[in-house]
Order: sequence, then C-alpha cells, then structure tokens
Amino acid sequence: MKVRVYVSLKNGVLDPQGRAIHHAIEGLGIHGVKDVRAGKMLELEVDETVTDAQLEDMASKLLANMVIENYRIERQPA
Amino acid sequence: MSFRSAVITFPGSNCDRDMADALEKVSGSAPLRVWHGDADLPDNLDFIALPGGFSYGDYLRSGAMAARSPVMRAVVDAANRGVPVLGVCNGFQVLTESGLLPGALMRNAGITFVCRDVALTVDNNQSLFTSRYAQGQRIVIPVAHHDGNYFADAETLDRLEGEGRVAFRYAEDVNGSARQIAGVLNAAGNVLGMMPHPERMIEAEQGGSDGRALFESALNALASA
Repeated sequence: MKVRVYVSLKNGVLDPQGRAIHHAIEGLGIHGVKDVRAGKMLELEVDETVTDAQLEDMASKLLANMVIENYRIERQPA
Repeated sequence: MSFRSAVITFPGSNCDRDMADALEKVSGSAPLRVWHGDADLPDNLDFIALPGGFSYGDYLRSGAMAARSPVMRAVVDAANRGVPVLGVCNGFQVLTESGLLPGALMRNAGITFVCRDVALTVDNNQSLFTSRYAQGQRIVIPVAHHDGNYFADAETLDRLEGEGRVAFRYAEDVNGSARQIAGVLNAAGNVLGMMPHPERMIEAEQGGSDGRALFESALNALASA
C-alpha cells in the first residue's frame, strides 16, 4: 500500500524558498499568484503490518520537524 | 591537566579536522575521534564537539538524519549528565534536530549560501563556553552556511533571552535569524549550538583568534571544577 506524507511549513513561519519561487513565477509573466509555500511530499510503500500510530510516529519524530512544520498522512486506496 | 575531548564525525562532516586541530592547539591534548555509527562514547569525556559540514547530504533537513544516528543517543545521554557539548554549524543543526536545543535552523532568508567573516556580540559571558570573553564584546568569526536562519516561536525566544541563553548575536543581519541570534545554550548551560565557526579563528594564521577564548573558557571551567 502507498502512503503519502505531506510536510508543509506552519502558518507564520517565513518561507524564503516559497518567496523566491513566487518571484520566479512572476518572471514567467504570470500574475495573480498571491502566495507560494514550498513543502515536500514523501511516498512510502508499506505493508499491512504498519499501523496508523506508527505512521504518526514516523511523521512527527522524523519526517516533519514539529517546530516549524505540519504533516498530513494520506493512505492511498489499493 | 589532560583535556579528554571527542569530535564526532558523521558521513558528510567536513569541519571535523578543523575542530580537532583547534581542540588540540588550545588544550594540548588531541581529541578522540568518534564515528557516527558507534553506539557508545569513550568514558569520562570532558567535552564533546559536533562539527560543521553536510551530514548525510542534508537529506530531509539539515542535521535530521545525524540527529537519529546511534552515537547521538549517547551524546544526548552525556549532555543530560552535564558533559559540555558544542555544536558548530551543522553541529548546531544536529543539536536542534535532536531536541537538545530549542528552535530550528531554516534556509537563509536571502536564499544564498553565506560564507564570510561576521561580527558577533557576546550576549552572555557567564557561560561555560564564554567566560573568557567580556560581556558585550564584539568578535569576528566566519560563517559558512545555507541553513542558518534561527527560528523559534516568540515565547521560546523570550524565554531564551530572559534566561540568558543567547550566547552570541550577529552584530548585523546575516541570515534572517530571529532577533539576530547566532548561538544558544540549553537550560543547564552545558550545551551550546552556534552557526559561526570558532574553530576557524584560533590563531593569527587563520586571520584572527577570536574563537580561541571559547575553547579556553571550556578548559578553564574544567580546571576550576
């Protein structure tokens, strides 16, 4: 089974990368984008023994740094 | 007096040799070299240094992988027993990722890698690592980092300042760090993380020796313990 973990910066944490990307989008001549926040997505292939609690554990202890980031776990339908 | 120190090397550390040289030059005793995969540290250490570099290629986040390596469990135990631990640059990132220090080090506000000498002020000269500096002393130490933008929530920053746990501040904005914080101490005062590299300013040949007093402070603390 595939599991996706989305890691994003918390609200209020400045995102210099997002700002630079935003600037580059404007450089393409596309306007109307109000804000860009950069995050990451990790795709895990897990077997049925991996519990939701274990996924929460790995996300909160390793995949995201809870000082600055949030995460969201999505189990992909088989 | 022999000074029994250890320098931890992770895959991708690249300032471990500089750190070992500095410790040996200042203390007269060559540090022990410890590999990241070691589950145990040598006994009776007086000082542990986590060097700069790009451990594990900065995968996931700078310092994230190193913070979970076997040796770090032993470093956390030693720190909790009161052994002085200094983390410089990537070592600072490892200390925040391991939870020994609060906050996080994010991408520099200006996006670019910053590599130059910067002026710092000594914000607290009452610590194990700073007693040989004068309060408010202005010193020059080089930085070389991409992720040195110190972040913590306002409440944490207020607490750090209130408890005298800001050891060094940048004299000018270098990387967007909150309140220009360049180095922080843990609550017990035996763990210091800083982005600037004191080990690169030990003697005149390196362009200055403003980093030397940091190591002398630690030595002095041991001698008077």
